[in-house]
Amino acid sequence: MPKSWFLRFGLITGLLFLYIPIILLIVLSFNDNRSVSVWSEFSFRWYGELMRDDQLLSAAWLSVRVAFISASFAVVLGTLAGMMLARFGAFKGRALFSGMVSAPLVMPEVIMGLSLLLLFVSMEQVLGWPEGRGMLTIILAHITFTMSFVTVVVQSRLVSMDASLEEAAMDLGARPAKVFFVITLPLIAPAIVSGWLLAFTLSLDDLVITSFVSGPGSTTLPQIVFSSVRLGLSPKVNALATIVVTIVAIGIICAGIYNARQEKARQRDEQMAQQGG
Amino acid sequence: MAETVQSEMRHTGFLGLLQRVGLSGRALVVSVPYAWLLLFFLVPFLIVLKIALAESQMAIPPFTSLIENVEDLKYQITVTFYNFHYMVTDDLYIVAYLNSLKIAFISTICCLLLGYPVAYAIAKADPKWRAPLLMLVILPFWTSFLIRVYAWIGILSNNGVLNNVLMWLGIINEPLQILYTPVATYIGITYSYLPFMILPLYSTLEKLDNTLLEAAADLGCPPWKAFLTITLPLSIPGMIAGALLVFIPATGEFVIPELLGGPDTLMIGRTLWTEFFNNRDWPLASAVAVALLLFLVVPIMIFQNVQGKQGGHP
Repeated sequence: MPKSWFLRFGLITGLLFLYIPIILLIVLSFNDNRSVSVWSEFSFRWYGELMRDDQLLSAAWLSVRVAFISASFAVVLGTLAGMMLARFGAFKGRALFSGMVSAPLVMPEVIMGLSLLLLFVSMEQVLGWPEGRGMLTIILAHITFTMSFVTVVVQSRLVSMDASLEEAAMDLGARPAKVFFVITLPLIAPAIVSGWLLAFTLSLDDLVITSFVSGPGSTTLPQIVFSSVRLGLSPKVNALATIVVTIVAIGIICAGIYNARQEKARQRDEQMAQQGG
Repeated sequence: MAETVQSEMRHTGFLGLLQRVGLSGRALVVSVPYAWLLLFFLVPFLIVLKIALAESQMAIPPFTSLIENVEDLKYQITVTFYNFHYMVTDDLYIVAYLNSLKIAFISTICCLLLGYPVAYAIAKADPKWRAPLLMLVILPFWTSFLIRVYAWIGILSNNGVLNNVLMWLGIINEPLQILYTPVATYIGITYSYLPFMILPLYSTLEKLDNTLLEAAADLGCPPWKAFLTITLPLSIPGMIAGALLVFIPATGEFVIPELLGGPDTLMIGRTLWTEFFNNRDWPLASAVAVALLLFLVVPIMIFQNVQGKQGGHP
């Protein structure tokens, strides 16, 4: 904790602002009453209703599949793009490429969604593919906007990492592909994992781009949530929010503990290496 | 050992094959993500521009095509600026643009005012506290954006938590109308984008050279003055990066004004959505998108400059 009372106050205010709404959702998810201002009794009623909502469950299943596939492709493309930007130096069209990679980070989603939909419609007119809109078009759109986030994560890891190991392997005669798979990939693995998780979460949560590119038969979880909260409060969403927050918190805490252990092990190894030498 | 040799041989074989067809590994690595982004990011903008110049019609797809085959080998290109003209003459669009810029700007300032002390406090905290505190800032970002916006409906509504607390404290006698007003939109945007402001600010403040502050203190400079003349100016790059990360997406925001703002909280992302989904006027929606993009070109260019510098270039 910082010493000055002003900083302490600022920090606590900021964190309270971030957490009060989330804590409130969790508390309300156990309230038997529909209203936010009346607490009737503790119950799992809304969780029960959530589990019986088939439309919502099938949308959630679609969202998970879309997020899994998109994140996996986005990780491959994003890692390649991160390699290009961090290690390839100058190549033809580098400025355009780095522009195309970083623009989706800030591009308003309505523009991305509309432009991708118009692309799919035009492609269907000219090539006959993709036929109609549905899971495939959602996946293509999600790969496109999530790969930028993977690229940033992988690129910053590569930039902060010393290139000397890779150079040494090259000097010893390893081919570039071998250097990548044997040296670079294991070193950037944590960045790739967090890139995948980030892409998965962003895909799972996306509403605007999905609304543009989805078809009548493919409704994702955020679309269901949006149509139910557009009309006001919906206690089932509180229960859903609690489940999401619990999963995310467990995941982040596990990742944090794992990272701290890795860091400790690394420090120990370094100390032992120094003592040994 | 035998395995490694074999895998190496396979590599040679595979790479050799690629080289025979005239592709080096490097070219292959470059071409895949490049081609993907060209097809799914750049080409779509050209199509948006094309459709913004078309006319709306009752058909599938609901717009006229620019190039028409009038007779054999004779094509006619019809371009209409009707959509752009319509946008300039109808007040709705100009008001929505200006309002979006205003809302995005005020929310960015709120994020800065709220986020700076948090980022500064984390940067000044004991190193062992920094990682957990940063984790606390990042955690909400990983939970659903939609759900976090929705949470504010329960807080701000007329019989919501905030009004109940204020009435219980005796500060107000009847509920304040906050939900479905622009104020709710400011709160929603500030809340949703706050981590994007804190993280770049933190990474700038954390790298700040402490010896400068020590030198200032040795020379008798009071802490507040050292902050104003050293820390604040040196953290400007972080402020710019954070401000752009908030301002640009906030300008085109749809979900927050839709859920928290009232019917009169006009924002351009919402207008685009209505034109597209409710009025099915794809050409007009495209024209709105082109105009929004023109507004954002300068901030996006600055963002890419900042991003490029942070990303580093060997």
